[in-house]
Amino acid sequence: MSTVLRAQGLVHRYGDFRLEVPRLEVHPGEILAVLGPSGSGKTTLLRLLAGLLSPEEGQVEGGFRAYLPQTPPLLRRSVLENAAFGLLLRGVPRRQALARADGLLKRVGLEGKARQPAHLLSGGEAVRLALARTLLVEPAALLLDEPTASLDPANTLKVEALLQEAARGGRGVVLATHDLFQVRRLAHRVVFLFQGQVVEEAPVDRFFQSPKDSRSQAFLEGRLLP
Amino acid sequence: MEAAELLEISLRSLWVAGLATLVAAFPAVPLGLWLALKGGGGIFGRILLYAGLALPSVVVGLFFYLLLSRSGLLGSLGLLYTPYAMVLAEAVLAFPLIAAFVLSGARGRVEEVRLLVRSLGGKEGQVLPTLFWESRRTLAAALAAGFGGAISEVGAATLVGGDIRHHTRVLTTAIVVETRKGELESALALGFILLGVALLVTALLVILERE
Repeated sequence: MSTVLRAQGLVHRYGDFRLEVPRLEVHPGEILAVLGPSGSGKTTLLRLLAGLLSPEEGQVEGGFRAYLPQTPPLLRRSVLENAAFGLLLRGVPRRQALARADGLLKRVGLEGKARQPAHLLSGGEAVRLALARTLLVEPAALLLDEPTASLDPANTLKVEALLQEAARGGRGVVLATHDLFQVRRLAHRVVFLFQGQVVEEAPVDRFFQSPKDSRSQAFLEGRLLP
Repeated sequence: MEAAELLEISLRSLWVAGLATLVAAFPAVPLGLWLALKGGGGIFGRILLYAGLALPSVVVGLFFYLLLSRSGLLGSLGLLYTPYAMVLAEAVLAFPLIAAFVLSGARGRVEEVRLLVRSLGGKEGQVLPTLFWESRRTLAAALAAGFGGAISEVGAATLVGGDIRHHTRVLTTAIVVETRKGELESALALGFILLGVALLVTALLVILERE
């Protein structure tokens, strides 16, 4: 089976914390949820997969991976210019970049806001803008760090629809989240992290119905502390 | 003092301070951004830069006087007692002001900008130009601070400019001369013009900053 992202033998350390991921694959069209209590290493794993951190050991292979942090940074520019920023970084001519960004803003429901300063957007709109900006650079895999953590249910559903659309388009999506309902709605597979170790990896239904590891079970029942 | 001379002095003050600000900004802005990218340039870098804010203008003036006087290292250029000598001395005084403003404004955005550029597949070399554009409001404030420092400076301007009438006399040195002569009305008028010019230029930069 083809992959958009493959990590092998990843080891990363900071202070006393050690993250170890022996093997991780993401396939085209797949949404992989990364679950785990706070401090389990989800953000570090995403940053390693995105190439923003260098592992002490192991390697990550695959096409271009774009990373979206929990609070997406917005530039002090208009919504449209923010959306086009990734394309401009890649040397796409300005007029062409803005035209493509304008098209995608319509798809994410921000067409009426293209000219306004990005900092005036609501939290949900800002996440949709950041997603549009990320999708425009056509990553093979999208790595998202709790993208809906601070959003209301309506905005959460809009963002989820965009993620599903991206997956249908053949991208791999890796989603770190604490929202178990969201994982059920979106994910195909789950990787469960605890204290930097992958303690379980399973298809989503099996993970929720019969988690193999006692820590996964305790997490699902709300009994696992970091 | 006649109106024509007043205008001449005011215009000279403007272009000397303006040019000094520009001369200082060319190295100071990249330095401030670069130090911000390097985490602030370390404690010693910051101490050195912030110490520059307290640089005594007469000491800078004396340094340039020695450098530009006939027997000095650059004496052959014949710059002493010209507006260009004043530009150089004022640029040195404006330099740390501009760099420190840029550093303090850009520092808080470095990680955010770097994360954004790299997460979208950009190169490390694209962080600096992005940071430059993101810090444009700070740049306006930095330029205003540098200009304010340059136009209100008197010690170095007197030493290297010599306060020569119709040649190097600027608002600050004229205020000193008029006060010494007991022409307090003229000195006060010059003072108000100086305040007005400083206010006007700063207001322009603030308006630009809002854009």
